[in-house]
Amino acid sequence: MELLSHLALGFSVVLTAQNLFYAFVGCFVGTLIGVLPGIGSTATLSMLLPVTYALPPTPALIMLAGIYYGSQYGGSTTAILVNLPGESSSVVTAIDGYKMARKGRAGAALFAAGVSSFFAGCVATLAIAAFAMPLASLALKFGPAEYFSMMVVGLIGAVALASGRLINAIAMIVLGLLLGLVGTDINSGVSRFAFGSLNLIDGIDFVTVAMGVYGFAEVIANLEHKEVRTTITSKFRDLWPTGTELRRMTPAMLRGTALGSLLGVLPGAGTALASFVAYGLEKKIGRYKHEFGQGAIEGVASPEAANNAVAQTSFIPLLTLGIPGNAVMALMLAAMVIQNIQPGPLAMTANPSLFWGLIVSMWVGNLMLIILNLPMVGIWVKLLQVPYRFLYPAILVFCCIGLFSIENRVFDIYLGAFFGLLGYAFRKFGCDQLAPLLLGFVLGPMMEEYFRRTLVLSHGDFSVFVTRPISLGFLLLAAALVLAFASPKLMRKRAEVFVEEE
Amino acid sequence: MRIRSQKDFASGAMFLCIGAGFAIVARNYPMGTAERMGPGYFPFWLGILLALLGAIIVGKSLNFTDDAATVEEDRLDGWNLKGLFLILGSVVLLGFLIHYVGLVGSILVSVIVSSIADRNFTLRGTLINAVLLAVICVLGFVYGLGLQMPVWPPFFGL
Repeated sequence: MELLSHLALGFSVVLTAQNLFYAFVGCFVGTLIGVLPGIGSTATLSMLLPVTYALPPTPALIMLAGIYYGSQYGGSTTAILVNLPGESSSVVTAIDGYKMARKGRAGAALFAAGVSSFFAGCVATLAIAAFAMPLASLALKFGPAEYFSMMVVGLIGAVALASGRLINAIAMIVLGLLLGLVGTDINSGVSRFAFGSLNLIDGIDFVTVAMGVYGFAEVIANLEHKEVRTTITSKFRDLWPTGTELRRMTPAMLRGTALGSLLGVLPGAGTALASFVAYGLEKKIGRYKHEFGQGAIEGVASPEAANNAVAQTSFIPLLTLGIPGNAVMALMLAAMVIQNIQPGPLAMTANPSLFWGLIVSMWVGNLMLIILNLPMVGIWVKLLQVPYRFLYPAILVFCCIGLFSIENRVFDIYLGAFFGLLGYAFRKFGCDQLAPLLLGFVLGPMMEEYFRRTLVLSHGDFSVFVTRPISLGFLLLAAALVLAFASPKLMRKRAEVFVEEE
Repeated sequence: MRIRSQKDFASGAMFLCIGAGFAIVARNYPMGTAERMGPGYFPFWLGILLALLGAIIVGKSLNFTDDAATVEEDRLDGWNLKGLFLILGSVVLLGFLIHYVGLVGSILVSVIVSSIADRNFTLRGTLINAVLLAVICVLGFVYGLGLQMPVWPPFFGL
């Protein structure tokens, strides 16, 4: 019954006017950016991160989390109605969702997407609440060697599940780790790679890198493509699905939820991957597989459930172990550090109201989204008419204001522009593994710290990493991941998944 | 010997240079021993690792058989230099101007510069967009969220 008292604590935190308001703002902004193509959730979160400095920790984190899962909802709405996925995770939703809309079943498709997401969100919230405590108490037994090895697994996992070539992704991680080391070394007080610049002594802010490589570089890359004009072809008269449709979507929704909840805990699994795998699974085992691609409701329900479940359960490694699994979680970690909260096993006992409040806020946020979005579909679709040429200057200006307000100095804007250039070069060189770069960047200083501590304890003996059983287990897992993904057969499979994505 | 993949060659060379650069700079900091690591230890070995990975990528991008017909070449995409220059230029301009003309003025200039990068640029639409954005930013960020930044040029005495 400990679980119930924790959830009760969470509800008491969330159900205050202030926190409900910020949850609403987060969901609203999230849906907005989810609807608009060309602005991803990572770019928006980094844009708004500096703004949350002014807020107390709980509402700040509730709002940021709301943006993340709100964008999943928004992305699927436009995927269904106008065949324009606002987020990469809703690319597969567009396949059958848009076909359904063309057949006049847009309402049912939206219902399936909304209800599946909500259901998955509820299950995933419970999963977080149930698994957080045991995982955290396990993590408390870890020493520095185990933490170091666990981070290696996390980074390798992020690589294995990212698109593109494995070796490039590993190089991106190492580059991220190095960039993370810029600034004053906490052990010796030596300022590293600052080149005498006072501005670099405190290191590079995470937001600067994220905004440069995601925000600025993405705008430049988007300008190379011709703008797609959208026309709304479908009318949706009734929102409710028929009995057959309900019967068909339910098992697909359950499978998608289970799949997504499991995948979310793995490092590196993004929402896009989950929805692809879920779609593929339904296409293989579904009873109506011949209808896939022509408007099968399972093709909407399952990936939508899966991507929302991942969006929630990917909080588990962050909240319990302090290790972010994807770029958005890296941003959440940055937000917590700004608020002086060190995520990890101790955060839960040190800040129970924040922790359980955040978890319950996800459930409340999901409820808000389904109530908000189904009736407001018309308004969201109208927003699509705003051309990109009016949108991108706004993105740039918001990014600059965000960069300026990190430290109230202009230097971060220039540094952001530099990372924009770097990010654009990465894209042109075929290194689009930006998530490994960001993960490496946040984990860099932590990894160095654990590495140093381990070797101090072992008197410089490197063998501790393999003689301590848990650490050895993690390293073997990492090696197995590398070997598995270096095998030609799996590489082909992996390539297939990501080709569909593009 | 030919370059089979220009993309890999370029990215490998980039990683090689950056890694070597980090390793060379890290030599300036005390290395220490494995037991008492100095600030140079971890970055030095990471730099070496990155340079090695870069070298491997470069090596794999080359075709040593001189038999150009059998392998297809992977060329570098062209760069959108105009877009790159205008977008990053508008960002740098906004930062540069903010202390001289304030937030409103720098937003107006920055939006106009960045809008030129789009192929469907119109002056009227851009001006409306710029004014609208300046109003939203001042109301939302400065008055709404209370961010500290100069709104008007300093000579206005505000």
